Amino acid sequence: MADIIGCVTTSHVPAIAKAIARGQQDEPYWKPWFDGFEPVHRWLARAKPDVAVVVYNDHGLNFFLDTLPTFAVGAAPEYRSADEGWNIPTVRPFPGDQPLSWHIINSVVAADFDVTMCQQMVVDHAVCNPMALLWPGGGEWPVRIVPVEINTVQFPFPSAARCYEFGAAIGRAVAAYPEDLRVVVIGTGGLSHQLDGERAGFINKEFDRKFMATLIEDPTWAAQFSTMELMEQAGTQGIELILWLTARATLGAVRQVAATYHVPISNTAAGMMLLEPAA
Amino acid sequence: MTTTRQPIPGTTIFDGEQAQKGYALNKMCMSFNDAANRAEFTRDEDAYCARYGLDARQREAIRHRNVLELIAAGGNVYYLAKFAGIFGLDVQDIGAQQTGVTKAEFQARLLAEGR
Repeated sequence: MADIIGCVTTSHVPAIAKAIARGQQDEPYWKPWFDGFEPVHRWLARAKPDVAVVVYNDHGLNFFLDTLPTFAVGAAPEYRSADEGWNIPTVRPFPGDQPLSWHIINSVVAADFDVTMCQQMVVDHAVCNPMALLWPGGGEWPVRIVPVEINTVQFPFPSAARCYEFGAAIGRAVAAYPEDLRVVVIGTGGLSHQLDGERAGFINKEFDRKFMATLIEDPTWAAQFSTMELMEQAGTQGIELILWLTARATLGAVRQVAATYHVPISNTAAGMMLLEPAA
Repeated sequence: MTTTRQPIPGTTIFDGEQAQKGYALNKMCMSFNDAANRAEFTRDEDAYCARYGLDARQREAIRHRNVLELIAAGGNVYYLAKFAGIFGLDVQDIGAQQTGVTKAEFQARLLAEGR
């Protein structure tokens, strides 16, 4: 049977790709952030996942406003990155896991989450940067991926409560998969930040710290809030915390293995958590 | 189409009304994922905007390179970031522009948040 061996949530700020490409990991601005991943690298070396389910939001690479799904699941043999308009470097393609993708799709639709199914999908910095943070250094990716995309572009977004339930449904789907697979779930984005409007540059450390703390022992805390309430607290792009919430909900009780929180990376309060099942 | 109220100060919620108003503008910005399209825009901005059917307000906002005007005209920041990319501008440049400070001041504000 497949096992979810852990959950990693991390910011996916585009500037991370530039810092990696320029080799700036040890510069004072970047060092606290990249150093935070050392325990994750040690954990991954021991845990050896086969597959990563990556919960992320597309920022106008694969999806446009012509057809914008609320929830979408990739079922492609591979996923490529592509130019997002700012010439950030593309990365080597990610191999897919089509049998697991279809199993997740079948399971979550049976549980009333009517996802969009994608046999072709390009993935943006919200997939690429977390993958590069978890598995730095180039070479072949050591895991296959199943991308799970959630709309945070155009209102209405799915509520935090709905995302939590969606994550729980993904967790049940993976647990029921008959193959022996070790699965890590990655939730990307956040934490507090706002790119648009006169409120650009908004950061809320107090809210972020509360959110991270509750994610361990009281993960439904954030699910009580409306999208608007969360955007007021975390900024318009800080709503990406629903991706963390979805990923977290794939697990039951957890313990924290590692975490980091650093302000700022670009315009963003950057956070990372590594959680594993408590039992 | 539903209109979402705009309850957060300094923030335009990108709802159905905004998305409908900004469709042509955002579609043009989406095309800037392709380097050849960015070059084509640079070569003949008027023709490029005309091809995407921008209205007068959107055309002016593009001409002014003004992010707040672009948002008011229906632009979404994720697509507008691709427009900014043509000029080598990042989210800190557009943050500074929207808040009326220099980039150095905007960056200093963010660094201060980290202390």
